Amino acid sequence: MNQQRSTFLISVLCFGYAFLYIPIILVMVYSFNDSRIVSVWGGFSFRWYLALLDNRQIIEATLLSLRIAFISASFATVMGTLAALALTRMRRFRGRILFSGMIAAPLAMPEVITGLSLLLLFVSLQDLIGWPSERGASTIMIGHITFSMAYVAVIVQSRLMSMDNSLEEAAMDLGGTPFRVTIDITLPLIAPAMLSGWLLAFTLSLDDLVIASFVSGPGASTLPMWIYSKIRLGVTPDINALATIIILTVSIGVFIAGWIMLRGERQRLAENQLNVQIDS
Amino acid sequence: MLGHAKQCRADRVNTNLPQQRTLDILWRRFAILVPYLWLLIFFLAPFAIIFKISFANPIVALPPFTPLFEVAENKDISFYFTLDNYRFLLEDNLYWMSYLKSLKIAFVSTCLCLLIGYPMAYAIARASPGWRNIFLFLIILPFWTSFLLRVYAWMGMLSTYGLINNSLIAIGIIDQPLKLLYTDFAVYIGIVYSYLPFMILPLYAILEKLDFDLHEAAADLGARPFVIFRDITLPLSLPGIIAGSLLVFIPALGEFVIPSLLGGLDSLMIGRTLYDEFFGNRDWPLSAAVATILLLILILPMMLFQHYQARESQDPL
Repeated sequence: MNQQRSTFLISVLCFGYAFLYIPIILVMVYSFNDSRIVSVWGGFSFRWYLALLDNRQIIEATLLSLRIAFISASFATVMGTLAALALTRMRRFRGRILFSGMIAAPLAMPEVITGLSLLLLFVSLQDLIGWPSERGASTIMIGHITFSMAYVAVIVQSRLMSMDNSLEEAAMDLGGTPFRVTIDITLPLIAPAMLSGWLLAFTLSLDDLVIASFVSGPGASTLPMWIYSKIRLGVTPDINALATIIILTVSIGVFIAGWIMLRGERQRLAENQLNVQIDS
Repeated sequence: MLGHAKQCRADRVNTNLPQQRTLDILWRRFAILVPYLWLLIFFLAPFAIIFKISFANPIVALPPFTPLFEVAENKDISFYFTLDNYRFLLEDNLYWMSYLKSLKIAFVSTCLCLLIGYPMAYAIARASPGWRNIFLFLIILPFWTSFLLRVYAWMGMLSTYGLINNSLIAIGIIDQPLKLLYTDFAVYIGIVYSYLPFMILPLYAILEKLDFDLHEAAADLGARPFVIFRDITLPLSLPGIIAGSLLVFIPALGEFVIPSLLGGLDSLMIGRTLYDEFFGNRDWPLSAAVATILLLILILPMMLFQHYQARESQDPL
């Protein structure tokens, strides 16, 4: 009976991972296809990668997307961390329920609604106070900060809650002020969570199509917007090449970040074990 | 003992220098107010505006809607408040169908995700700790890579001469390629594929904590595997099932990218209808009304999710 069960579980895993990975692998394989017709294999070639380098539009859109992702991830990390600290380490304050609700809601909000509502806000603000005078990179950044700070807040918050706060309490007992304790003790402890939050915010911003389409102006076209306008009409070999580059870059990045964090985690576990041994 | 420690701390704080106290108060205000105000302005206020504009009339101008009231020179206020947008939504079948179809697609996709995700989460939870990390990493990895490009990958798989049709023809099951792309079937595949990690992760988090000794006890007492699953595993993993289902259902309901890339012209999900109404017809007040109703539909599942989240965070485990 046990044998039967493990065979079942192993085949479930094989099927599941095949489902998750075969489409991506196929895109990668076909990005090296020499043929212009996507479904016919015409030999191995790098021509679609070379074609990407000649495409000014792609390069400009990529640079714009990277700039937006970098700036919005950084702001989102600062604000998400502040929000997480406010919710876990500060005394109750008025409007706390509304605050925690607003932090969690963007996670579940459909993008079409977030995008539409932000655009209507920008249009109304422009009408009222003349800002923003035009929509583009800056309005996209505001949109991305707003939804990715929620992700950062959730990640940092769960770290703050699972963390043993005896160090912070000890520092307070020794006369540290809340501000100094936060800077000297809490921040270094939650730095790994802030880094994961930053990375997540960065990739979310890099990937967002819907919100950017709503709040962008005529001048600014991000990479997802450019990709979407091309793939609406079907599969093309140069997008296969672009997809391969993006997916490989992100995967390698995630792999390295995951490895560093796993190592940090192991180190912390080892230290904890050592502490326990010393205590006993 | 604890009370004493608290007393000591209070004494210390009181003896702090006045500048430090001001710094602390400023810091506290800063940490709360900056994200709070940001969310009030860029998250909450926009919903009020959507709600407001859903009662306006569309006009050909910039912005393309009428103000709700105007103050004339003699201080008379005239209101331009209309329920036409909502009336139109109720009367026009297109919108009804879109909402119903979205609900149906989101519901069926959630069930499919559960059917595929549950055994996977279970298998990962029962694997050895070393394998577990690798399996989990492989679940999380697609979540980090581009959503848009993962949907795009299925366009190639499902196209007329894509992998699926070619394989089916090669085995001899079909003679002519099936129309798979631009159908509801493709939309289901796309949603299940994109949101499967959201189902597996909360399920895994619960299943991993399960005490499998209970299973052995039940088996020793003669329970059959199915009975063990139905009476022990399933009830204990219910919180994970609820969380995972909501995490799939809520975003699937408002999904835009998947129906617009994989769905046919007739697979009108509400997210896509809203997008087309806004960018195609430029009818902002009507789009605002569509969004308001979608929000109303979403309120219940979102509150359920919030409730669940709040309970999770109180849970000391």
